[in-house]
Amino acid sequence: MYQAIVFLPIIASAIAGLFGRLLGPRPSELITTGALFVSAALSVMAFVDVCLGGHSYIIQVAPWIHSGSFAADWTIRVDSLTAVMLVVVTGVSSLVHLYSIGYMAEDDCRPRFFSYLSLFTFAMLMLVTANNFLQMFFGWEGVGLASYLLIGFWFKKPEANAAAMKAFIVNRVGDFGFALGIFGVWYIFGTLDFDAVFKAAPGQVGHTFVFAGHSVDVMTTLCLLLFVGAMGKSAQLGLHTWLPDAMEGPTPVSALIHAATMVTAGVFLVCRCSPMYELSATAREFVTFIGATTAFFAASVGLFQNDIKRVIAYSTCSQLGYMFVAAGVSAYGGAMFHLFTHAFFKALLFLSAGSVIHAMHHEQDMRRMGGLYKQIPFTWAMMLIGNLALTGVGLPVVGIGLAGFYSKDAIINAAYGGMGGMASYAFLLTLIAAMMTSFYSWRQFLMTFHGRYRGQDEAHDMAHSDAHTHDEPLEHDDGHGAQAHDAHAHDDHGHHAPKLEEVHEAPLTMLVPLAVLAVGAVFAGMAFAHNFIGPDAQGFWHNTLGAVWEEKEVPLWVELAPFVLTIAGFAIAWFYYIRHPELPAQMAAKKGMLYTFLYRKWYFDELYDLIFVRPALWFGRKLWKIGDGFLIDGLGPDGISARVLDVTRGTVKMQSGYVYHYAFAMLIGVLALATWFIATGGTP
Amino acid sequence: MSHLLSIITFLPLVGAVAILLLGRLGNQSTIAGNARWIALIFTIADFLLTVVLWAKFDGSTSSFQFVEYLNWRVASGISYHMGVDGISMLFVVLTGLLMPFCILASWKSIESRVAEYMVAFLALEALMMGVFTALDLFLFYLFFEGGLIPMFLIIGIWGGKRRVYASYKFFLYTLLGSVLMLLAILAMYLQTGTTDIETIINTAHFSPQMQIWLWLAFFASFAVKMPMWPVHTWLPDAHVEAPTAGSVILAGILLKMGGYGFLRFSLPMFASASEYFGPMVFVLSVVAIIYTSLVALAQEDMKKLIAYSSVAHMGFVTMGIFTITHQGIEGGIFQMLSHGIVSGALFLCVGVVYDRMHTREIAAYGGLVNRMPMYAACFMVFTLANVGLPGTGGFVGEFLTMLGAFIHNTWIAIFAATGVILSAAYALYLYRRIVFGELVKPALQTIQDLSMREVALLAPLVVITILMGVYPKPIFDVTSASVANLVQQHKTAVAYDHAPPKVATQTAPGGAR
Repeated sequence: MYQAIVFLPIIASAIAGLFGRLLGPRPSELITTGALFVSAALSVMAFVDVCLGGHSYIIQVAPWIHSGSFAADWTIRVDSLTAVMLVVVTGVSSLVHLYSIGYMAEDDCRPRFFSYLSLFTFAMLMLVTANNFLQMFFGWEGVGLASYLLIGFWFKKPEANAAAMKAFIVNRVGDFGFALGIFGVWYIFGTLDFDAVFKAAPGQVGHTFVFAGHSVDVMTTLCLLLFVGAMGKSAQLGLHTWLPDAMEGPTPVSALIHAATMVTAGVFLVCRCSPMYELSATAREFVTFIGATTAFFAASVGLFQNDIKRVIAYSTCSQLGYMFVAAGVSAYGGAMFHLFTHAFFKALLFLSAGSVIHAMHHEQDMRRMGGLYKQIPFTWAMMLIGNLALTGVGLPVVGIGLAGFYSKDAIINAAYGGMGGMASYAFLLTLIAAMMTSFYSWRQFLMTFHGRYRGQDEAHDMAHSDAHTHDEPLEHDDGHGAQAHDAHAHDDHGHHAPKLEEVHEAPLTMLVPLAVLAVGAVFAGMAFAHNFIGPDAQGFWHNTLGAVWEEKEVPLWVELAPFVLTIAGFAIAWFYYIRHPELPAQMAAKKGMLYTFLYRKWYFDELYDLIFVRPALWFGRKLWKIGDGFLIDGLGPDGISARVLDVTRGTVKMQSGYVYHYAFAMLIGVLALATWFIATGGTP
Repeated sequence: MSHLLSIITFLPLVGAVAILLLGRLGNQSTIAGNARWIALIFTIADFLLTVVLWAKFDGSTSSFQFVEYLNWRVASGISYHMGVDGISMLFVVLTGLLMPFCILASWKSIESRVAEYMVAFLALEALMMGVFTALDLFLFYLFFEGGLIPMFLIIGIWGGKRRVYASYKFFLYTLLGSVLMLLAILAMYLQTGTTDIETIINTAHFSPQMQIWLWLAFFASFAVKMPMWPVHTWLPDAHVEAPTAGSVILAGILLKMGGYGFLRFSLPMFASASEYFGPMVFVLSVVAIIYTSLVALAQEDMKKLIAYSSVAHMGFVTMGIFTITHQGIEGGIFQMLSHGIVSGALFLCVGVVYDRMHTREIAAYGGLVNRMPMYAACFMVFTLANVGLPGTGGFVGEFLTMLGAFIHNTWIAIFAATGVILSAAYALYLYRRIVFGELVKPALQTIQDLSMREVALLAPLVVITILMGVYPKPIFDVTSASVANLVQQHKTAVAYDHAPPKVATQTAPGGAR
């Protein structure tokens, strides 16, 4: 059964990928989607059996790398932590497959698309079922590959290709840390198997080893190195730059990979290794710091984005920060709980956005939307549920609300209850971020569905309104331009938004997944809070986490604070975008420093370009021309041959009469003859 | 089949003779056709024999197998001695495997002097086989140096525009290194009275001082062959000018001779010197990895880019070998094998488009996926293997060599790991410029996807690349015992040098903590 969960997707992927053109698009869609639904059904059974039934399994599949005392095998490990991920991954993936049948209907390369989607699912399943660090790394890089392929799916778009490469390379920077962490784990423990490492880890507390010329604490160093990997995959501050650009990929991909599953792999890694993180307070503080800062940073950038998908992307980045905060204060259950609920409502948000984009003929700029709720009421309702879940709406004292209400507030509570200054820092930042989350979510919602429809504003009108809404023309507003070409298959539409009457609801294959996810977004928190972070946590996690965390009572003001701030966020959004829609334009026209700073995403891309990309290319050229060409060849082979020729000329001039001079000349002559033979030998 | 190794080694020469004998029959095109078919049949037959060799190989022992011994009585101590162990066996198979691909790759693209071309390739195969099977220094040297000549001719006659410059550069570079090695072999013969490799490894002992000189002399030769930075500049030129099949062999087999030499000679024979020079090798390896990766990033010629990436990948090999840990050495061997397949395949991919467009300029391409989806898929697999993605052959070797390096000194591993980031950058950048994007260049509008012959060429390599990454066990089964023995031998030898009987308590610095 467990083999089937993992391997059905790859079999389906291979069939669609290799024979897709023979089979045609429809069979490819049905095979991959069907395989995923079977896999998802089995995963639910696994969840019941493992998480609620208390079993766990380790299944040997095949040997992999054995070298001397080093060993790593292909294994399927299913415990509570894995089972939660199985449900999330196969659940969202099967729904996204179904949704894509509708969303991609006009694309010519559907077999390839579905093959990639299933390939991704397989890699992700390998990651979560790994029983050792190396298989996890396999899945880790595998999802990176699938992400690269899917972001660049529309290979004719230069922006998509650039974004795909950026995603892969930035992830590689994270993997650099992860790989070093794996080396370190093996060096210290002599094994990569999770159970063996976690069992031996307490014995290494306080020990040091030499890393990069310094004597460093074993557990802290290993945890930090592994965390660098997590930062890359989960787009945390510093290594986050790829995620917003990844929105160049088709929207179902954003929902599956860049919201619900792959980007949460970093959180999963930290939770999986929580027995190690429990042994290093320094590492946990760092995790908290990065998480909290990212939560704040990404929310702040999300405030003024105009691309509907980028807003959600920054939101994802920010929510991942929340999860790391939870992990950093040892509330691993809280991190996993938010991961679980977030998968539902963020996938819902992305797919709803996809539905909007689909209805708008692949227009993504919210400034060309507005007033759509009458045309696409179902999508409106879905987006509303998604936003309510994300912003964590609920009744504080009674304790009933949507998914985010349970999981996000639990994280804020955990930060409040955490030890030390770092926890307080996290508490403060996550509270502020909660307000910003509310603002950007409702801003996006109001700009899309309410107010005046702006899709038919003429180009010069746009330019005109741009002149005081934004600091530069539309095409350049995100530094990459052309975010409106979501689909090359729709080039004939250009990027002209349709007339309002032409905006219509998507087909049923797209709406059903939305409804399913909406159910999850409403009830996932209510239904499972008890298990994930409540009194049943111990029986749910079964020692798979380094520490089981139970939500505690907090003072009333802490409980009320997120609620109040969320309301405030909504109020501000309503004030600016419905009550006084002319105000944001006036604000933007001032080009205030803070506004520009946020709009430019804290200048990370510009900075990296300046520090890494350009110098690397420059060095490459210089090393090639000067290093190889001038120095090595100049002093080496070319230089020597030039000197030999000089000597020869001199010899001939001197006519010295010495025998050995003539002998030398003869030798050169023979060489020259050989050269001539070769030179003419090649030309028949 | 007690003469299996000799048959494998000299069968290609029989093929070469056959081509020469038939060389006068019929007109130009019949001769060419015959030569192609004879070469293909002989290389495939030879490959099948190497498969038999693998099947019969006993992986549980580190001793030499399929040994053939014949005293030549030319001079005392020099003999015809052949045999393979876990270190050399798979290189024989790799050579056998790549040759039929080379012949197939040259099927259409070589049109002048086909018979001579095929003779050169068959002779080259025989010499390369000899390098990996010879167990006598003198014999080894003959094969090792002899291989230069056909390669020199292949580049010099069937190469591109600057073929003469490239072939001379190649020849002089490698010859210079080899001369020093010849001197060292003479010195060894003078001291031990034998050139038998097995005897020297097991019984001879050179003084630490002597080891240093001998090590340097061998190093000069092998470092050029690898090639290691800074004696790598012949490689890009040679690759660029060589015909496709020449590049495949150059990257696939010839580069591996250096690594093989380190494992066969430097490590077991000059144990202390290998350790003494370890840091230098690490520095050169790490510089190679980072420097050439950066240079690769700036290339405008497809073949040059892949050539530079080869230098970087060979950096991992030398780094792994000189950690003298089990993982490092086994990783180095694995990396050589997988790189043999992957870089060979990449050059074949370049050859496919070169045959159509007759240019290697990256800028001349773009958007090929629109008309060549099969080509794009194959090229993608090899690009990913080149990047070292887990699940492809490229990962296993890189991972193990870095693991070995980490045990030895974390700095080396850190620097080497940055190469992994850079390799992703240059490889994907290349792929993007050639394959992705709109197909706008007028010249490319009618370009054809892979022909049946080319599918037959690339598909098996795709399968092998993925198999090596997912199920590398058969390879480790072969190498494991010999590598363990090599590490053990090295430790014993170093302990002997460091601690003459009285201070035997001194521990051998062999790696860990």
